[in-house]
Amino acid sequence: MGKLNYRVVIFFFAFLFGIVFSIPSLTQSEEGKKITLGLDLQGGLHMLLSVKTEVAIESKVKSIGTSLKYSLEDEGIVFEDLKIDEGKVIFELLDSEDVPKVDKLLQDDFKEVLIQKNALVYEVGLSSELSKKTEQNAIDQAVDTIRNRLNMFGLAEPTVAKQGTDKILVEVPGVKTAEDEQRIRALIAKAAHLQMMAVDEDRANRVYGMTDAEAKQYGDVILSDVNDNRTKYLLYSIPILDGSMLTDAQVGYEEKSNRPLINFSLNGQGAKIFADFTEVSVGKRMAVVLDNQVYTAPNIVQRIGGGQVQITGSFTPQEAHDVAIALRSGALLAPVKVEEKRSVGPSLGADSIKASSIALMVGFIMVVIFMLIYYGMAGVISNFALVANLFLILAVMSLFEATLTLPGMAGIVLTVGMAVDANVIITERIRELLHQGNSITKSIEQGYNNAFTAIWDANITTLIAAVVLYAYGTGPIKGFSLTISIGVLASMLTAILGTHGIYQWILPKIDKNKLGFWFGIKPEKGAK
Amino acid sequence: MEVFKYNKPIVSFMENAKKFGIFSLVLVVLSLGLLFTKGLNYGIDFAGGTVIQVKYKGDAPIEEVRNLLHENKAYSGASVTFFGSNDEIAIRTKSTSSDVDADVSDEVRQLLQGTGEYEIRGVDMVGPAVGDELRTQGLMAMVLSIIGILLYLSFRFEWRFALASVVALIHDVTIAMGMLALFQIDVNLPILAAILTILGYSLNDTVIVFDRIREGIRTIKSPELGDVIDESVTRTLSRTTLTSLTTFFVVLTLYLFGGEILKGFSFTLLVGVVVGTYSSIFVASPVLMWLKFSIVEFREKEAAALKREKEKEKMRAQFEQGTI
Repeated sequence: MGKLNYRVVIFFFAFLFGIVFSIPSLTQSEEGKKITLGLDLQGGLHMLLSVKTEVAIESKVKSIGTSLKYSLEDEGIVFEDLKIDEGKVIFELLDSEDVPKVDKLLQDDFKEVLIQKNALVYEVGLSSELSKKTEQNAIDQAVDTIRNRLNMFGLAEPTVAKQGTDKILVEVPGVKTAEDEQRIRALIAKAAHLQMMAVDEDRANRVYGMTDAEAKQYGDVILSDVNDNRTKYLLYSIPILDGSMLTDAQVGYEEKSNRPLINFSLNGQGAKIFADFTEVSVGKRMAVVLDNQVYTAPNIVQRIGGGQVQITGSFTPQEAHDVAIALRSGALLAPVKVEEKRSVGPSLGADSIKASSIALMVGFIMVVIFMLIYYGMAGVISNFALVANLFLILAVMSLFEATLTLPGMAGIVLTVGMAVDANVIITERIRELLHQGNSITKSIEQGYNNAFTAIWDANITTLIAAVVLYAYGTGPIKGFSLTISIGVLASMLTAILGTHGIYQWILPKIDKNKLGFWFGIKPEKGAK
Repeated sequence: MEVFKYNKPIVSFMENAKKFGIFSLVLVVLSLGLLFTKGLNYGIDFAGGTVIQVKYKGDAPIEEVRNLLHENKAYSGASVTFFGSNDEIAIRTKSTSSDVDADVSDEVRQLLQGTGEYEIRGVDMVGPAVGDELRTQGLMAMVLSIIGILLYLSFRFEWRFALASVVALIHDVTIAMGMLALFQIDVNLPILAAILTILGYSLNDTVIVFDRIREGIRTIKSPELGDVIDESVTRTLSRTTLTSLTTFFVVLTLYLFGGEILKGFSFTLLVGVVVGTYSSIFVASPVLMWLKFSIVEFREKEAAALKREKEKEKMRAQFEQGTI
């Protein structure tokens, strides 16, 4: 053996590094950083959601309306026709002397609103900053809420993350059946939007003859009963309070009938509003509305303090349980909708792993045998580089805890075919020089020199395509460009540096009379 | 083993350059014709829609499923095909739904009840907005990689080399896309990845040949570019064939064993490997000749560059030996 040189030492350590760091992934051990399988390989639900932010804006306007109404009443200001139209809260003062009071109130307590005044008519809308903030808030809040819900239901390692500025990525691995998948989706989708609304008793008896547009003119809304959608209620569209003032929700049971119900507690502000409202509304009805359905609309018998409220309705225990969790984890400020859904059953994922592994194995064995037969020992040396390359890809992916997808597997298979390219180029060059009658040492050194620019330029072009693909690709495609990129970079190390080092190391062993064995060629006699 | 003997005669590729040029032109025109008449069959990733993969215990009752779906107004346009085997079907429909808790797959699952024992193995649903976005991104990716590669090659070689390689590249991608149109393969994200890989691969091949031509310009005495190209291409023929073969075989294993999902992807790559290899020899090099690349001029420029390079190398050598 020749002297150890820096190239072979680097190669050896790279090889070692590759093996050591790919072990956790290969054995799927508990400890150590390892590659995670993409949802297309392990099965699971992938969804890209977006938030109907226009609804968040609408409810923001509504909540401004609610607090405005409360504040005006609190200050003893007389007003008329407080209603919401085209994203604005509109009301008219009866007494022009109240104008400065209202102006001050708006200025102090209602930040970032746009106010238009026309004589005594006020139009209060959202400023563009507030709109934007409300939208972002709705998205962020949806991310948190969905994450909370999935965690509370004890699903394994769900991912919920904001993607870009307005999308939410939801990934739930290990979903077994289509039914389970649907249940998870129902859980995600539940708005859990709780409102306490007052019945418009003055017009309530006309509800069955009224259109939605007509109701809107009165500042009302028509909602139906959860159990019987023919039963309608005419409610003031501005709620007394909503779920944002809720601090807890638990399943309870009615004493006599043992039917499930939900108890919830309001925070201090909510409790006060609720108490004040019930005090002045004795004899009237108040509806508990969840996701735009009326669950119960009892008569108010007396002032209710303490902020403890109940929702009854004919829940099944399972439903009550789900609703309580949804209420606890918070309402979605705005509903979410699906932009993209990819769901892979566990059996399909397993099949994909099997098929791509077989392709990798068969491709690998074919290339290795081919190189061995065609190039002799030179082929064996390239095969070392190829094996090292595979381990390096796995090791780097493990260290970054990257995700291996099906296209990623395809990328690895493709790398097997392309990584030997460098060695093919080099060995062809060496053979050429040997044919020209050069010494082995010179042929090897010169061969590497001659081959270098070609390999370098060729690999850079592949890398450019792969990097662009990574930047613009989504999901599984990123996996493909990732494995290709790592493969190309690793092949520079293993196929160029590594094999060169091996040649230099074993140089004294290479017998110039056995070129057939070493390089698979028979130089013509007298070739120069 | 040696298939391409070292002292075999130099093949006169460039004498026949015109014939190959015409052949390539015909292929490209045919491909364009296919692209404009038949068009690409955009899959759901780009067009939006839903694909549901259903596996039955035993043979899938495909006719029954078709009839069931076609009776339903919403799914009258749905296509039902076998997917890889007789017990598995793929249902493709343009419908999507934005409801999180009740979507197309749930409806289809309801509809299929009573058709036998089945398992929904996979559902892909892409809304129209996402499809548009992905298509724009895909196009951007293609254009950007071509620009990036063009810049790199102009920097490393000379603009005629860059232009010739891009001609070869467009040739390859057009033919690959023509084949996609011919066989009406669903064009989805993995196909885009395959096309971009062809982009890289085709250039990879061309660069290797060009590198040899660049070297040949310095070492081969003849001032005729045709001769230099012939000799250089002959010298790289062995490598070109071998690498193409190893790549072709691994892609073929992927096609044969990689499963139904990767079929379109590996098919595109198979076409790409064949066309890319062909074009690096028979398209890129003749185009270089036709662009009236002047050897004499290049040699002068190279000589100057070489001098600089040599000096750099000397410095590097000194650096490695630790004399600086």
